[in-house]
Order: sequence, then C-alpha cells, then structure tokens
Amino acid sequence: MSPVVRLEYRNVTMRFADAAQGLTAIRDVSFSVADGEVVALIGPSGCGKSTLLNIGAGLYAPSAGRAHVDGEQVEGPNAHVAFMLQKDLLLPWRTIAQNVMLGVEIQGCEPSERKRRASALLQALSLSEFADHYPHQLSGGMRQRVALARTLAVEPSVLLLDEPFSAVDAQTRIVLQRDLAQSLTRTRKTALLITHDLLEAVVMSDRVLVMSRRPGQIIDEIRIELPERDNPIARRHHAKVGDYVARLMNRLDISHASLEEQSVQGTP
Amino acid sequence: MNDAMRRSFVRRGTAASVALLIVFLAAWQWGPGFLNIPTFIVPPLSMVCEEFVRMWQVNSLLFHTSVTAAEVFAGFLLGCLLGAIFGYLLGMSPTAEFALSPYILALQIAPKVAFAPLFILWMGFTVYPKILVAILIVFFPIMVNVLTAIRTVDPDLINLARSFKATRAQIFWKIEFPSSMPPLFAGLRIGSTLAVVGVVVGELVGGNLGLGFLLSFGEGQANTPMVFVAIVMLTLIGGVAYLAVILAERRVLHYLPAPTHGGF
Repeated sequence: MSPVVRLEYRNVTMRFADAAQGLTAIRDVSFSVADGEVVALIGPSGCGKSTLLNIGAGLYAPSAGRAHVDGEQVEGPNAHVAFMLQKDLLLPWRTIAQNVMLGVEIQGCEPSERKRRASALLQALSLSEFADHYPHQLSGGMRQRVALARTLAVEPSVLLLDEPFSAVDAQTRIVLQRDLAQSLTRTRKTALLITHDLLEAVVMSDRVLVMSRRPGQIIDEIRIELPERDNPIARRHHAKVGDYVARLMNRLDISHASLEEQSVQGTP
Repeated sequence: MNDAMRRSFVRRGTAASVALLIVFLAAWQWGPGFLNIPTFIVPPLSMVCEEFVRMWQVNSLLFHTSVTAAEVFAGFLLGCLLGAIFGYLLGMSPTAEFALSPYILALQIAPKVAFAPLFILWMGFTVYPKILVAILIVFFPIMVNVLTAIRTVDPDLINLARSFKATRAQIFWKIEFPSSMPPLFAGLRIGSTLAVVGVVVGELVGGNLGLGFLLSFGEGQANTPMVFVAIVMLTLIGGVAYLAVILAERRVLHYLPAPTHGGF
C-alpha cells in the first residue's frame, strides 16, 4: 500500500460555543487517507461528519488537533482540497460551462486553460451538449454531475464529498455513483466520502470508517476487500457486500435504535 | 403549459383586457350623463380629451410633463443608486446594520411625503426638493430588498467560493451581487411607481412647474377635466418607468425560467 498520506486528521476535537449545536461535536478523531484511496465515513445524523469535512476544507478551525492535506497543515481554504455537497450549489445566472469554471476562475487560471478544463470535464461526464444551458434547464442528477465537474476542475488532490447523491432519486444515484467512481479512478484522486447510505459506503470505497453518536469518535474501521472500485454497479452484486452492510448496521446499532434517535437531525 | 396552450391563453387574455378597456371608456363617456352626474364632478371622456388638446396648446402641457418626467427619472435613478449602495454596505457589515437599524427603521416609518414642505423651505421652488422627496421614497424599498438579499445568500455558496480561496471582493462580485439581482429588481418595480408619488407631492406643495402644479392649478379653478388630464399623464409617466424596469429585468434576469403565466 502506498505510503503517501494525502489527508490526515490528528486528534481533532471540535467544540461549538452554541449550545444548540451540542457542546462537543467531535472528540479526538484521528485517521488518514492514503494517496488514491477512497474512504467512506458513516455515522448517525449529527455525529459531526460534516464538521470533519469543513475542517479538512479549511472552513472551520478545529478546537484542538490538526488536519493535514498533502503534508501541509490546513490553516484555511487551500487549493489541495475541493468539496462537493448534497446541494449542487450551481449559480443560476451562469451557464453550465461557466459554473464548471467557477473555481478555476476564482483561482485566477488563464481563460484558455479554464475553457480547456471545462470542456474536457463536460466531455468526460457526457454533458458537452449542455455547456451553454442554464442550471434550471437540467435535471437534478445532471446538475450534480456539473457540481462534480466543478469540483474536479480545480484539480485538487483530495475531494471531500458530503452526501453528494442523497438528494437525487435512487436510480440516478446509481448512475452518479458510477460516474464518480470512474472519475476518481481515472484522475487517481483521493476522496473522503460522507454518506448515510451503507451500501453506497461499501460499493464506493476502499475503507469505511464508522463514527459514534455525538460527541463523534471513530469506533470502527472496515477494509472493503472487493474488486473493481471503479464499477460500483458490478460491486453491488458481489456476494460479500451483504456481509459488509450487515456489519455496518450492527456497528451503528441500527436494529436496536429507536426511530426518535435516528431522526434527530443535527446540522453540521 | 405547452406552446399552443400558452398562445391561446395569451390571446384570450389580451382579448379580455381590450374588451374591458372599451367597456371602461364607454362607461366614462356615457355613464356620467346617464346617471345625471354633473360634468364638474366627473367630466366625460370627450371633455377630458378636449381639455388635453387645449392644455397642450395653451398651458404647455408637454413642458410640464417633461419637467415631471425628468424629476421622476432623476429621483428614481439617484434613489435606486443610493438605496442599492447602502443595501450592499449594510448587508456586508452586520455591525453597521445593527448600529443603524433603529434609525433606518424610524426613517422608514416616517411618511416620506411629509418632508416635502421642509425640502421646499430649504431649497425653494426649484426642481430639487421634488427630486429629493422621490429619492427618499425610492431609497427604502431598494435598500431593504438588497439588504435582505445579501443576508439570505446561501452560506454554503459563500463557503464554496471560500474553498476556492476567493477574496472578499470575488465573493461579492461572483456570488452576492448576482444573487441580489432578482430582489433588486422587485425593489426597482416598487420604486418606479413610488418615484412618481414623491415628485407629485413635491410639486403639489409648491412651485409652478410640473404636472403636480397643473393638478393644483386645475383644482383652484374648479377645472375638473384638467385634473383628470394631469392624473392620466402622471399614470403614463409611472407606466413608462415601470415598463423600463420590466424590460431591463428581462435582459438581466434572462437566466430565470420563463413564468408560466403572461402579463407583468
């Protein structure tokens, strides 16, 4: 296994002053993601998964501990990481191509280079014919693919994905999972994928980390020993998938948890 | 709604609108006589038209209309500009908004037209007090809309821009400013009609210029048709201003999905 670590959390703790968000969102979380690895992070709602992602993206400073990306300590937003959320966050006044170029444009990339990257990505995600459309003319699944293109356009070494497909319908999700898996493999990106879909975690990743209820801690780590990480559709049919999902369910105590506990919606 | 349905919808709507206009004009022409209403209370349409021609020839109606239109234009433009600038500044500085909000609220509650006599005392019977009333009355809807727009920009959008290492200026020009366009235009629509109100009140209070002056002149002479002509011209000015905003809005907000219903 490659020794190069792309993303690392060292003893990260996050406390919010605001009582509504819970006092300690995450406590003493340490893990690392190696180059080219895709790690899924699952846990109950409000366990601080998204907080971890925001720390990695440099949007929040942790109360204690540090995050490192590409060996550098994260001290603010940086060009090594890019994130993608459940919301596509497309700007309605920009065409699809212009939306894909947002990040590179902000980073001051040459116009010709921006256009080259945008058209290559739109091509790869079969969106070329929609380059001059506006977001409202596209379906939810297509919009999310545009968001993926925008994330990849800045050529980050680490992708932070926060439930990227939870807002699209089940069939679209399967297609988008395949597109993402192929993109990640093709570009050899490292990714941290937050999801509440246990099956998605298993079919998309090399490793699954399980977080506890708040204050969030890593309580288990499961290595997914399945072939074809770039083909989640094929992986779904693999015999061992059921065992992995069962183990995750068991670890999250889903069969015993009451509906009330499950439905507690925690923001960040 | 498909194209054929939409076309038939627009056709029927237009036909109904025109029919309504004809009914209204006919009622205006023959209704007062039929109901024995004296012409100094409600002059019939033909009398108002005659008065229009007479005023055009004798009272320099075109000149007074132009003066009012110019005041409306200036007041609207400056009011929008100031309202937008303050809206953006306060939107980006929560501290400033917190400190200024009681005063802004007080000014907003104060009836702006009540300032007209004061402005005339300050600036005399010129066009400036009229423009100033219009500025004041246009300012608030624009400022409030812009301020709210800046405040309600999705924080995730700001975070997205920040994650690309956007500067404060880039966040403003690439995210906040374009996000504020739809509410800004909603404010401009309101402002375009309010500007006419501000100018007319200013003209009514003092001076011998503009349609507001003709209004009070006509009133003094018990010339009801003259009052009607002035009202029609004022409505026309307001209509043109509103239409200009709509046309600009269509150009700027072209990216929004087309409305399913016609009309404004």
